[in-house]
Amino acid sequence: MVSALPVLLAVTDLSIAANADGRMDPILQGIDLSLNTGEVLGIIGESGAGKSTLGLALMGYLARNCVVTAGSVAFEGTDLFKLAESRRRDLRGVRIAYVAQSAAASFNPCRRLIDQHIEAAVQHGLLEPQKARDEAAAIYGELGLPAELALRFPHQVSGGQLQRAMIAMAMSCRPDVIIFDEPTTALDVTTQIGVLSALRQVIRNHRLSGVYISHDLALVAQMSDRIVVLRHGRVVETADTATMLQAPKDDYTKSLWAVRALAKPQRTDTGLAPELLSIEALDAHYGAFQVLHNINFSLTKGQAMAIVGESGSGKSSLARALIGILSPTNGRVRFEGTVLPSSYKGRSADQLRRIQFIYQMADTALNPRHSVKTTIERPLKLFFKLPSAMREERIRSLMAAVELDERLLHRKTKSLSGGQKQRVAIARALAAEPSLLICDEVTSALDQIVAEEVLKLLLRLQSEMLLSILFITHDLSAAKAVSDRIMVMQKGKIVEVGEAQQVLTSPTETYTRELIASIPQLRVGWLDEKISAARAKRQAI
Amino acid sequence: MQEFQRRNFHVSRHPVASLILRRIGLALVTLLAVSVVVFALVQALPSDAAEALLGQNATPQAVAHLRQELGLNEPVVARYFAWLARLLSGDLGRSLANGLPVSDLLRDRLANTLFLFLVSATASLPLALLLGLACATWRGSLFDRVCNIVAASLISSPQFLVAYLLIYLLSVSWGLFPSSADIRPGMATQDKFYVAFLPAVTLCVIVVAYMLRMTRAAILDVLGNDYIRMAILKGVKQRRVVVHHALPNAIAPIAIVVALLLAYLIVGVVIVETVFVYPGLGQLLVDAVGKRDIVVVQAVSMIFATAFITFNTLADIVSIICNPRLLYPRA
Repeated sequence: MVSALPVLLAVTDLSIAANADGRMDPILQGIDLSLNTGEVLGIIGESGAGKSTLGLALMGYLARNCVVTAGSVAFEGTDLFKLAESRRRDLRGVRIAYVAQSAAASFNPCRRLIDQHIEAAVQHGLLEPQKARDEAAAIYGELGLPAELALRFPHQVSGGQLQRAMIAMAMSCRPDVIIFDEPTTALDVTTQIGVLSALRQVIRNHRLSGVYISHDLALVAQMSDRIVVLRHGRVVETADTATMLQAPKDDYTKSLWAVRALAKPQRTDTGLAPELLSIEALDAHYGAFQVLHNINFSLTKGQAMAIVGESGSGKSSLARALIGILSPTNGRVRFEGTVLPSSYKGRSADQLRRIQFIYQMADTALNPRHSVKTTIERPLKLFFKLPSAMREERIRSLMAAVELDERLLHRKTKSLSGGQKQRVAIARALAAEPSLLICDEVTSALDQIVAEEVLKLLLRLQSEMLLSILFITHDLSAAKAVSDRIMVMQKGKIVEVGEAQQVLTSPTETYTRELIASIPQLRVGWLDEKISAARAKRQAI
Repeated sequence: MQEFQRRNFHVSRHPVASLILRRIGLALVTLLAVSVVVFALVQALPSDAAEALLGQNATPQAVAHLRQELGLNEPVVARYFAWLARLLSGDLGRSLANGLPVSDLLRDRLANTLFLFLVSATASLPLALLLGLACATWRGSLFDRVCNIVAASLISSPQFLVAYLLIYLLSVSWGLFPSSADIRPGMATQDKFYVAFLPAVTLCVIVVAYMLRMTRAAILDVLGNDYIRMAILKGVKQRRVVVHHALPNAIAPIAIVVALLLAYLIVGVVIVETVFVYPGLGQLLVDAVGKRDIVVVQAVSMIFATAFITFNTLADIVSIICNPRLLYPRA
């Protein structure tokens, strides 16, 4: 069936290298793939796998410091990299269009959306400006955007709408192929599903061919007919979506699939433990803007609670209030029986020691010029008076606890990988022997496999050391993996709190249900079900 | 609802206007602060105007008498406000050196300096912007590299060195232009140009070198944005990418470059005028400092400061007006 269709884009033995201070770093090596007419090809891989470079290469575009060292990218048989720049320009926007990850960065802040939308069609001489504007209104309608939105400037439009506007812009010349580079990654899940549905409709209605690039397996599975798995700049495996989901061949592919199954075993004893933390009627403001509204909850010793919410829900502000960086305007934080001073400045060294914080970006949370030893030693020196031999011993045992190789002891933290950095950050927090660990999106900057390992580590540490953990995340599956209880937040308020299992399987609040239903699932047809369900609901109204 | 809309409208109409007003207010405050500093610095000089005027052989009685006459026995604060009040009413006082009204002294000098300033600004402004734009467009090319090396070496050499080099080449060796710029009132304009040529070129050379690099950096910064790549991926021509997508976003940084250029020209005037014996404000300032002519020093310093603050404020206002986020707030 596949071979009968004409090949639109063919990548043959493509290698691209980046010039880094005179040294050539390979980014893509020997890539072979093809896109047939009417097909959506998914490209999946982790950060640094070369996905974006490949996506841009499909348009004959190279970043400044990159060169093609071998192979070709052929569009309808002509090698894009052998064409004159003016001929490539004739294809770009017209036959092959591009949708980028961040619409906020990809729209010119100084021009109205409509001017940017019609630019390609008018500049390529395809449409008169007025006709192009009329067509823009039609495409906006198709994507569920009000036509007047086009008259706005990018900063006047919300993230989800702007992403749709970028998809509309890609459609302005009725291209044959659209390259989607992580088009929904920057969005919250509940916004994402709307954009995905719109995307799917457009592809179906206009019989578009497309390349869908993402690190999220479940998304790629919804959007594509075939999937290419990319790792370290090479193709690991190619298969049609159903086969790939049911019978992945390569070990790496299999490991990607396994990550999503993680779930914390349910505990029954949590009710008996003494209370560690209780938050009473907490309000907080940034200037006149209220970020936290009457927050009440408590945490017992050894319990792990996930705080789940989308961007702007107030979950990070809550964490900041707990550690005393953001002083609440009302309410109290009671910790181990005593009320904590609202600012960290008023707290004793011991109070500070007992609550430790782990950040999303280990890159910026660790001093890049410090060695692993210096980093972990800091809290030991600060809080405990140990002879240096014992301190050394303690550092080694902490490294063992977070599964870091002892040989890394004297390495600078900047030379470590993302996962290793986050482990150092965890070891540093544990060095203070805290009773409460606040983890703020600690896995969102990590690739899936690495994130899974970090989650497993936290899970193990929690049960071994009887730590209490507040796990702040936008990712419900990560919440499921580590927590006993889940608290859902929206617009600075608590929506729902409960046992993890109960919240996930039988949520009582509409918002929680919507949140859970929006998480893409790893099976073919999930998105189509969502689309038809939404349509049925609309018709019912 | 209506109330809400009206309030929104109010808020949405005002940010730019109020920001600009605030900026102008800030400029006035800065100017006031400068006036305090200028006044205070002159007070800190080891001898006062009376001693300076009468010289070392003056009798103590004569000095005391003159002090009384000049009002130097009043408290400092009272003298400051008296000076400020006169300044605001346009009375710049009388020169201590020759008793002439400072405004008379300034008139020709100011005109000469403005002439030099305008000539160098009109020449250097477009040149610096175009060269910077060209360097950014052809980044890494031979042209870009040559421009950068020449600019870097010019910036690193002191201004008077450039001036003397130019004098040596164009005046002493080849005899094309006069080395001292003797401008007299009533001179024909083409003669003025001829005489002011070397000082103007000296100012231009340095200022262009500086501004070329800053313009290049500002444009490159804008060209690195995602929306520029998006424009290229839409198949937009290179020139349109630069003119339609990069330039509108570069206006604010370029306005700051221009303000710095103009301010730099004003400051540069002091050294260049001295080297070329050009009868402008800069030379007047240097002479007045030598003669301890405090009144003149204060007046000229205030003129320079006003020019400096005005250019910077204008640049800020341009960047406020060019920011679509401020101009078109979210509904």
